[in-house]
Amino acid sequence: MSRKPYIRPVPKTSWYMKYMKHDRYKRYMLREVTCIFIGIYTAIIVLGLYNLSEGQESFDLFMATLRTPGALVFHLFALSFAFYHSATWFNVTPQAMPLMKGDDFVSGSLIIRVHYAAWAAVSLVILFVVGA
Amino acid sequence: MSETRTIKIEILRYRPEIDSSPVLQSYRVPCPQEWVVLDALDYIKNNIDSSLSYRWSCHMAVCGSCGVMVNGEPMLACKTFLREMGDTVRVEPLLNFPIERDLVVVIDDFLENLKSLKPYIIRKTEKPVEEGTHLQTHAQLKRFKQYTLCINCLLCYAACPQYALNTNFIGPSALALAHRYNLDSRDEGYAMRQEIVASPEGVWECSFVGACSEVCPKHVDPASAVQQMKITSTKDYFLRFLGGKR
Repeated sequence: MSRKPYIRPVPKTSWYMKYMKHDRYKRYMLREVTCIFIGIYTAIIVLGLYNLSEGQESFDLFMATLRTPGALVFHLFALSFAFYHSATWFNVTPQAMPLMKGDDFVSGSLIIRVHYAAWAAVSLVILFVVGA
Repeated sequence: MSETRTIKIEILRYRPEIDSSPVLQSYRVPCPQEWVVLDALDYIKNNIDSSLSYRWSCHMAVCGSCGVMVNGEPMLACKTFLREMGDTVRVEPLLNFPIERDLVVVIDDFLENLKSLKPYIIRKTEKPVEEGTHLQTHAQLKRFKQYTLCINCLLCYAACPQYALNTNFIGPSALALAHRYNLDSRDEGYAMRQEIVASPEGVWECSFVGACSEVCPKHVDPASAVQQMKITSTKDYFLRFLGGKR
């Protein structure tokens, strides 16, 4: 007897909607969306460097633009998405980088805590350098 | 004694000789406390409709044959209790695979992919029998043991949105099994597997959704295996420029 397997269509544009009914895929898509804000933030930093190379007047204008309400709101969004991205990454680091000590795996929560501690330490150093 | 509840089971059926596309068919079945979805399928086949096709073997979450979608989630039919479900339960063939008939899916691609990853111990030179067995420490065993628990039930493929989009992706469980042998201290087949693991259809097709690990009925963590292989593949790539080799 000849076979006639049925292939369920997967619409390329809406395939994700089928999955989006479940929270785990919503969380994943939220994490993917964070890259848009982080991408725009990076472009703003590059623009700032360009303005710096153009001279004092140009850089002052750039800094004044950053203080507008729109820019402040964007940066608040970008910061929260960066937090979400970092926290969700730290939470999966034990999966991506499991460590063994002796006969056992180092506990996942320890690996996560070390990442948070390193993050806090680097942030403090940057704050100190910028503040100085 | 309380009366046994009855529930409605909706099954997505596909009979290639009469259906051009799958159709839902409903059955009313009793629902005793101890019944799992597989018991309901058996009841339908034995008492209501003998034409229903589905795969099963062990009835105890060991053989990996009875993976189906239950109310949209990939589950083992033998491990999913009806008492935890509502009055209507929808059972469909595993997502992302062609349907052969009713709840039976075509898994030929997976089997080919698994075979290509050489999921067995490879030695460059075999150790003579008289030299004894290959000994392993507890730590060496622990490194890969969780991946040996995979039963190839393919729930992870049904949960993977990347596999849904590109069925050329080698996929979670095949890659996890490749990793299992790569981590084994007795194995020397890393470089052979790496040709497939590090290919575009290998680990790089994964975007770490992590759904594979969440749905695994044996608590294997394929997402972890794939991420670890991304790291080793990246190291290999850069070491090449330094003239090093793994």
